[in-house]
Amino acid sequence: MDIGGINPAILIASLMVASVPIILAAIGELVVEKAGVLNLGVEGMMIMGAICGFATAVGTGNPYLGFVGGAAGAMALALVFGFLTQFLLANQVATGLALTLFGLGLSSMIGQGYVGIKPPATQKLELGPLADIPFFGTILFEHDWMVYMSIAIIAAVWAVLKYTRTGLILRAVGESHDAAHALGYKVRRIRMLAVLFGGAMSGLGGAYISLIRVPQWTDGITAGAGWIALAIVVFASWKPWRVLLGAYLFGGITVLQLNLQAAGARIPVEYLSMSPYLITILVLVIMSSGKGKAALNAPAALGQNFHASR
Amino acid sequence: MVRLEKRPSPSAFWQWATPVLAVVLTMIAGGIMFALLGKNPVEAIRTIFWDPLFNEQFAAYSRPQLLVKAGPLILIAVGLSLGFRAGIWNIGAEGQYIMGAIFGAGVGLALYPVETRWVFPLMVVAGVFGGWLWAMIPAILKTRFNTNEILVSLLLVYVAQNILASMSLGLLRNPEGGGFPGSRNLGQIPAMANPELIPGTGMHWGVIAAFVVVIAAYVMLQRHILGFHIKLSGQAPRAARFAGVSPQRLVVLCMGISGALAGAAGLFEVAGPSGQISIDFNVGYGFTAIIVAFLGRLNPIGILLAGLLMALTYIGGELASFMLSLPSAAIQAFQGMLLFFLLAVDLLTNYRVRFGAKREVA
Repeated sequence: MDIGGINPAILIASLMVASVPIILAAIGELVVEKAGVLNLGVEGMMIMGAICGFATAVGTGNPYLGFVGGAAGAMALALVFGFLTQFLLANQVATGLALTLFGLGLSSMIGQGYVGIKPPATQKLELGPLADIPFFGTILFEHDWMVYMSIAIIAAVWAVLKYTRTGLILRAVGESHDAAHALGYKVRRIRMLAVLFGGAMSGLGGAYISLIRVPQWTDGITAGAGWIALAIVVFASWKPWRVLLGAYLFGGITVLQLNLQAAGARIPVEYLSMSPYLITILVLVIMSSGKGKAALNAPAALGQNFHASR
Repeated sequence: MVRLEKRPSPSAFWQWATPVLAVVLTMIAGGIMFALLGKNPVEAIRTIFWDPLFNEQFAAYSRPQLLVKAGPLILIAVGLSLGFRAGIWNIGAEGQYIMGAIFGAGVGLALYPVETRWVFPLMVVAGVFGGWLWAMIPAILKTRFNTNEILVSLLLVYVAQNILASMSLGLLRNPEGGGFPGSRNLGQIPAMANPELIPGTGMHWGVIAAFVVVIAAYVMLQRHILGFHIKLSGQAPRAARFAGVSPQRLVVLCMGISGALAGAAGLFEVAGPSGQISIDFNVGYGFTAIIVAFLGRLNPIGILLAGLLMALTYIGGELASFMLSLPSAAIQAFQGMLLFFLLAVDLLTNYRVRFGAKREVA
């Protein structure tokens, strides 16, 4: 069953793989923004995760340790961001940009010795007979563990934000840091933890790109995935499950245009490669124009620094 | 215990001292980074900051490069600083720079082989228009649909890069280039070239434009009502609205000016130092200009100095990668680090650092 030389089952299966980095980075950023912090350095943290994960995996020969290394590398960068914005009260937009510029430079510096190396392969999860189900077997049950993990993380974030006290406190800090402070919550500590969580998620996403999706190291490997993750948080109007929807939409377009390139479509390659970015912009416009609904859902203290005067 | 106490008004001393302090701290941290890479830190810092200007062996080549690199940085950064002051974040200058180059070069190449001196001015106008047009996309989306201008302007960089690739492989490719990607070399066509005006200085029309823009921006911020509105919107948005400043108009103006200047920078680069439209024509001036704008404290004169300093790190970085085989990406990390330190020490401008426990009043 092929349509224009493209098999829909394989297309959907690869869509799920393509969207994993975005899902991870976006859900991390969602938590950060729910706590009232705008970290524009997702791209920088992702690429640091990509190279640190790659270097760890190559060094140890263990892809799982690679993911740990990726998360740690990105968290180190997130720590810098958190310290600057929470303790030194630096402008969040500018610090986020600095994070991206610094991350791109540092990653390419670390990555010099790793060009052209293949990382250790990550095994696909063996799900036995499930994978033999026609059509759905290919789509749902022939993936590596990170695909399932990313969906589980979304579910966990959703549950924590909605049903637990931790989630309530996190949201309170993001909606009004002064009120949260007056109630005795440690605004800076909570925000710091959220920023670190966001860093870890971005790092996992970056490591997924360099270890599984591509898998090799090249300069600027994330190619704007971090920025798209930021856009997807807005698209999702800060709701976890919609992150999944947005990431699949984006993943679908990426995979579709790659397939069209491979199938030799008559549209020039460059116009196909720019389509994910254009669609993201289009989606942003639609979401933000709908009578400000998305904007209304934004955490009220987003991007504002907190300084306890009392 | 360390405590922060908000100053009633920003400290005038620290306003100018923080960039200097940040540069010194970056040199120290950068030295540590270079030492970790196995290089002699003192030698590396000297190669980056001293040798390009004062080493007899390299200065003859490096000194003119200073203006060549500083020109586009200053031109873009001055434009960006206006928006940053008003809280309008155009971070897609790289894309506007590319589009300016494509529009300008496109107009020039469409007229090839016309040989009048009017071709170059026409190209400048087209370049300015191209950058302006590209910046108008996030501006209009912001004013009409309230779309985040940070994300849109940045995402458009990737779109512009793809258009650049398409142009250098297709429409603008040199028909006599033997099938290689890249346009005709504009620098070798007298009617379109942006030559070095005074031999041995690196001075070209783009550098002159940068100096003019610095003066114009300074006068505007100090004397013109628009400059006042920009500053007011950044410091007190609510007060600005009561004073009748239209935020929408300001978005369109600030984005438009920064886009136009970035486009002009792109055109001057493609017709001069770079010479042709090629896939890797852009080298990140649009992003580095963000650092320049902050390092110059969003002040035109400051940006002039910051642009020269940042140009020096580019040249010094090239020299260091040539002499000490320092990785060329190290200088990019170095520049990012500078922005970190700058934002960190900026604290001293707005806050006093107090040690010891707080004393109760009455």
